[in-house]
Amino acid sequence: MIGGLFIYNHKGEVLISRVYRDDIGRNAVDAFRVNVIHARQQVRSPVTNIARTSFFHVKRSNIWLAAVTKQNVNAAMVFEFLYKMCDVMTAYFGKISEENIKNNFVLIYELLDEILDFGYPQNSETGALKTFITQTGIKSQSKEEQSQITSQVTGQIGWRREGIKYRRNELFLDVLESVNLLMSPQGQVLSAHVSGRVVMKSYLSGMPECKFGMNDKIVIDKQGKGGATEEAAGKRSGHQSIAIDDCTFHQCVRLSKFDAERSISFIPPDGECELMRYRTTKDIILPFRVIPLVREVGRTKLEVKVVIKSNFKPSLLAQKIEVRIPTPLNTSGVQVICMKGKAKYKASENAIVWKIKRMAGMKESQISAEIELLPTNDKKKWARPPISMNFEVPFAPSGLKVRYLKVFEPKLNYSDHDVIKWVRYIGRSGIYETRC
Amino acid sequence: MPAVSKGDGMRGLAVFISDIRNCKSKEAEIKRINKELANIRSKFKGDKALDGYSKKKYVCKLLFIFLLGHDIDFGHMEAVNLLSSNKYTEKQIGYLFISVLVNSNSELIRLINNAIKNDLSSRNPTFMCLALHCIANVGSREMAEAFAGEIPRILVAGDTMDSVKQSAALCLLRLYKASPDLVLMGEWTSRVVHLLNDQHMGVVTAAISLITCLSSKNPDEFKTCVSLAVSRLSRIVSSASTDLQDYTYYFVPAPWLSCKLLRLLQCYPPPEDGAVKGRLVECLETILNKAQEPPKSKKVQHSNAKNAILFEAISLIIHYDSEPNLLVRACNQLGQFLQHRETNLRYLALESMCTLASSEFSHEAVKTHIETVINALKTERDVSVRQRAADLLYAMCDRSNAKQIVAEMLSYLETADYSIREEMVLKVAILAEKYAVDYSWYVDTILNLIRIAGDYVSEEVWYRVIQIVINRDDVQGYAAKTVFEALQAPACHENMVKVGGYILGEFGNLIAGDPRSSPLVQFNLLHSKFHLCSVPTRALLLSAYIKFINLFPETKATIQEVLRSDSQIRNSDVELQQRAVEYLKLSSIASTDVLATVLEEMPPFPERESSILAKLKKKKGPGAVTVELEDGKERGELNGGGDRGGDAAIAASNASTPSPSADLLGLRSTAPVSGTTPSAGSLLVDVFSEAGPSATSAGVNDDGFLSSAPPTVASEDPAPPLPESDELLNKFVCKNNGVLFENQLLQIGIKSEYRQNLGRMYLFYGNKTSVQFVSFNTTVSCPGELQSQLNVQTKTVEPLVEGGAQVQQVINIECLTDFIDAPLLNIKFRYGGALQNISLKLPVTINKFFQPTEMAAADFFQRWKQLSQPQQEAQKIFKASHGMDTEVLKAKLLGLGTALLENVDPNPENYVCAGVIQTKAQQVGCLLRLEPNAQAQMYRLTLRSSKDTVSQRVCDLLAEQF
Repeated sequence: MIGGLFIYNHKGEVLISRVYRDDIGRNAVDAFRVNVIHARQQVRSPVTNIARTSFFHVKRSNIWLAAVTKQNVNAAMVFEFLYKMCDVMTAYFGKISEENIKNNFVLIYELLDEILDFGYPQNSETGALKTFITQTGIKSQSKEEQSQITSQVTGQIGWRREGIKYRRNELFLDVLESVNLLMSPQGQVLSAHVSGRVVMKSYLSGMPECKFGMNDKIVIDKQGKGGATEEAAGKRSGHQSIAIDDCTFHQCVRLSKFDAERSISFIPPDGECELMRYRTTKDIILPFRVIPLVREVGRTKLEVKVVIKSNFKPSLLAQKIEVRIPTPLNTSGVQVICMKGKAKYKASENAIVWKIKRMAGMKESQISAEIELLPTNDKKKWARPPISMNFEVPFAPSGLKVRYLKVFEPKLNYSDHDVIKWVRYIGRSGIYETRC
Repeated sequence: MPAVSKGDGMRGLAVFISDIRNCKSKEAEIKRINKELANIRSKFKGDKALDGYSKKKYVCKLLFIFLLGHDIDFGHMEAVNLLSSNKYTEKQIGYLFISVLVNSNSELIRLINNAIKNDLSSRNPTFMCLALHCIANVGSREMAEAFAGEIPRILVAGDTMDSVKQSAALCLLRLYKASPDLVLMGEWTSRVVHLLNDQHMGVVTAAISLITCLSSKNPDEFKTCVSLAVSRLSRIVSSASTDLQDYTYYFVPAPWLSCKLLRLLQCYPPPEDGAVKGRLVECLETILNKAQEPPKSKKVQHSNAKNAILFEAISLIIHYDSEPNLLVRACNQLGQFLQHRETNLRYLALESMCTLASSEFSHEAVKTHIETVINALKTERDVSVRQRAADLLYAMCDRSNAKQIVAEMLSYLETADYSIREEMVLKVAILAEKYAVDYSWYVDTILNLIRIAGDYVSEEVWYRVIQIVINRDDVQGYAAKTVFEALQAPACHENMVKVGGYILGEFGNLIAGDPRSSPLVQFNLLHSKFHLCSVPTRALLLSAYIKFINLFPETKATIQEVLRSDSQIRNSDVELQQRAVEYLKLSSIASTDVLATVLEEMPPFPERESSILAKLKKKKGPGAVTVELEDGKERGELNGGGDRGGDAAIAASNASTPSPSADLLGLRSTAPVSGTTPSAGSLLVDVFSEAGPSATSAGVNDDGFLSSAPPTVASEDPAPPLPESDELLNKFVCKNNGVLFENQLLQIGIKSEYRQNLGRMYLFYGNKTSVQFVSFNTTVSCPGELQSQLNVQTKTVEPLVEGGAQVQQVINIECLTDFIDAPLLNIKFRYGGALQNISLKLPVTINKFFQPTEMAAADFFQRWKQLSQPQQEAQKIFKASHGMDTEVLKAKLLGLGTALLENVDPNPENYVCAGVIQTKAQQVGCLLRLEPNAQAQMYRLTLRSSKDTVSQRVCDLLAEQF
């Protein structure tokens, strides 16, 4: 189990240090600083073993969070906890920065006491924590509220308290996806996958029972068998179904029901929560195609031409498009011409960065650059790193569609129709690279 | 070096460096560096010429980036350009960059070398120095190739500035260290030596480093430097502290130079020239005198400098080892330091005294300080100093003070630091053995040692006690009594139990008369320790029990009861269980006579190098033990029981090669009955053969060395040939090449060729171990009448066979007349001190001199009939011991050396051969007929030759082959 948790600033100074177990000594703090933060070679592995002690770290902007243990723990659990810790801190005081951590250190210690007990992770649901860890000092609580806290901490539904009331029952559903691609210069897809999240923000009264449906291939096929032929089923759902490779759910989802019927039913926590995470690898809609053309003119010159094509409905608009074209390490000068957007050679990053604010579907645009090179006595050839791209599109590249989200609250008098529901799709680029 | 003036300060560089230092994260730093690199690249693009200042600035930035750990792959050209600048700062930065970032790029190296050459030939001393520093900093082979000829010229030229000379000397030293083959002094030697006379002290200091290094490689060429060094030294030593101005350091004149001069003199033996020697002795005396003077300053630097010279002088005195007066004075001086406040001084004094103690002149003088050293051993706070004190005690020990020193070391051992305990134990053990006057003292000491520091007493120590007790019968009774008493202690160390078990098992009868130590009491005492011991010790105790049954029949019932108990006979440890079972059976089945023979008292051990000494040597590395030879002598006289004068000498010569296997062998022979190597398959045989009378002679045979003669009878006579050597001989009747012999240590391969009556045989001796064989010697002898029948000449082999190596020996053989016996090959060598003696028959048989003869069927039968006298024929009918495969048979007959004649015999199943045996005296024709009978698996072999002995011998030889 986790033996201790340290938070460092970029200089390696300890901001927060909480030790849960005796086997972690004070020198562990320094060991991590010396061997990871101040290491000569940048440490890339998130898990570091120093003197039989394991350090798991995540980095948020300039802040390092490190969990320490001497035991053989489940690394995935530790990282899940660290991410959760980040979420909780963000929910309490916004951006994780040195300033914010210093200003809230009492709160952070309080949180750490609550969500880890002798190194075992406890309830880390923000909603639940906020009921008894507050930033506004201790309010004198009524007997009722106190008993509520008790039932919540110990009860079956730890993520939602009872007696929530809203005048307007509203519900927001975001499908956030990031699409990852590696493409050969000839346009062959070498690897591609989409990792997505369904984030839900709910303002519902009482203890509503929800049911979420999407175009999951297994569900659609099953329905098809139950009714008409498979083809008909496909038609009825309007779109093709998608094959989900793997998924994980928020703790509120009833996994037994999902296993048995593959239906996603749950009582949501109040406010925001990440309902599910999933990954798909088949039939991905690639929003952009990058066509590179690199020509070496002698030893001292390089000509680069890059064409990007958008590949989605013309009615949709992609935003925040950025193409990053790496330049050789002996670049001595760059001239760029582009038809759309702005392009600039950034010496500090060894790349030409081409930015386009927005671009509609089924369009194309191009950039050409002349790179002057300094002859070097090094015979090493330029490795030609891939061209990477960033963008944001208003659809889900995996093809996921929300079919329904039904809400039942038997005790209170509102029905599914009274709930106002909003659905939004955002597709972002993950690592979207094309070799040149 | 001129300081960088304000105008030369590079603002851009300063800004860049401060930017880097202000970076918040590694990423930010990398970004800043990338930006700067891009900037420099655009500047170096070559569009417009850069002025020297900016070139210098950018090269500097590149250097800084490189030192931060980033790769730099451009800018070399610009740096080389800087070399040709006339400004000092620019040239300096250029050289700096080249020294740090040089790579073996051919075109650049050429340019760099050119620039250096220009600077070397310029008249400007600072430029010359820069170039020399660059050569020294790079120090590569290429540099040495280019400039090794040039620099000596600069060094000895009359018009070179002093500072340049210094640089040149040090540069040459560096090149010489890097590639000594390229720096040839030759013609410059005498002029370099004369630099010792240079007026400038700096030049002398630099030159002396060079000369010391050169003369340690080839002392003869630089012999002349001795007198110069002495005169220089005497000038410095006799000078007043103010004479040397800049070179006086805290009132000490030129301490570094003095130390170097003294060190140079240590490369040479004492000067032969009386005047020079007198002057040198005078110098050394002056140095010793100066040490007595009150210090001129209270500063630590003053005393450090003074003492540095003093210690260097003392090591020179020790190195010469010829001036008793000086040695004693040095010793007294060191004695004063032993009580000095400064720990470092005490350490150095103890260290130097260790070497002084080994000199015959100063040994007595060192001994006077024994009290101080013992005090140091007890009270020093620093463990390294205590270690030195222990070393010194060991070194100064002799017969007169051994008892005192050993007692002190023993008493100190109780509180000694853990890190030096093991070494102390070994030292005590060695001293106790070496200077033992009466052996009861020795036994007392070692038992005390085990009691005090049992954990640190290694196996070798207690093996040694047992060896000595067994070899000295006057001490056996005392030893038995003492161990018996020692074992009375409620908690005693396991090593003590081992010694006790072994000694009581062997000599318990000597104290059995006393009712307080009656056999049963002894047994109960031993058995009370049994359950607390580890498995090897228990095994040893079980062996002791069976010896008890032999020694005291009255204990038989009790001991059998113990052996029979489930905890023994069903022990989960195989070794213990087996011993219990076997000993139980042995005691119940064998008659008392058999028992007495099997469990006879151990014979004396052969004398070999003390395993303890070997261990100490291993611990300290070669060269640390200075008393080896003396030790060898001492042991010879100590174990005067046997006539082993020569043996000791050999042991001493062996001592230079630490042989781990010597320990191993020692181990086995110390406790053969404890059988430390259970060999799974033939355990029963093993145990009996070990304990049996044939093998009790301590010739430990559990390795299966069939012929390694027991070391006790390791006389110089060749051992009798191996029992299986006849078999080996048969193996080679039909073939000429193969492996003749192989055991754990040695493999002998053979390759031979014969023509007419001459033969040549190559023997390959392969050392299969990792330890060298010494005094390796082989002889070939022809016993009896063979001497007149065969002429054998051998070339001698190297007496040393390195571990894993193979040596070759050529043997020329001439057959004078027909013969029957085979020559004997005797191999003798020492493996880890133990003499190995192997005798084999060389596979030289009469058939080797066969000359095949082809003939037609008619000819054959005609000759066959001619040889029809009964004595000319030899016939044998025998059963086939191998398969009757035609091809194999044919191959064998051809291998015999005869011609196989086809289509001669009317029966195609039969084989017919013909050949002539060539000897110097005569030729013997030989006809052969082999008739196989496949049904009966029988052969009939008929041989006819013109000489009856030949027919018989060949027939005998061949009959074994099928």
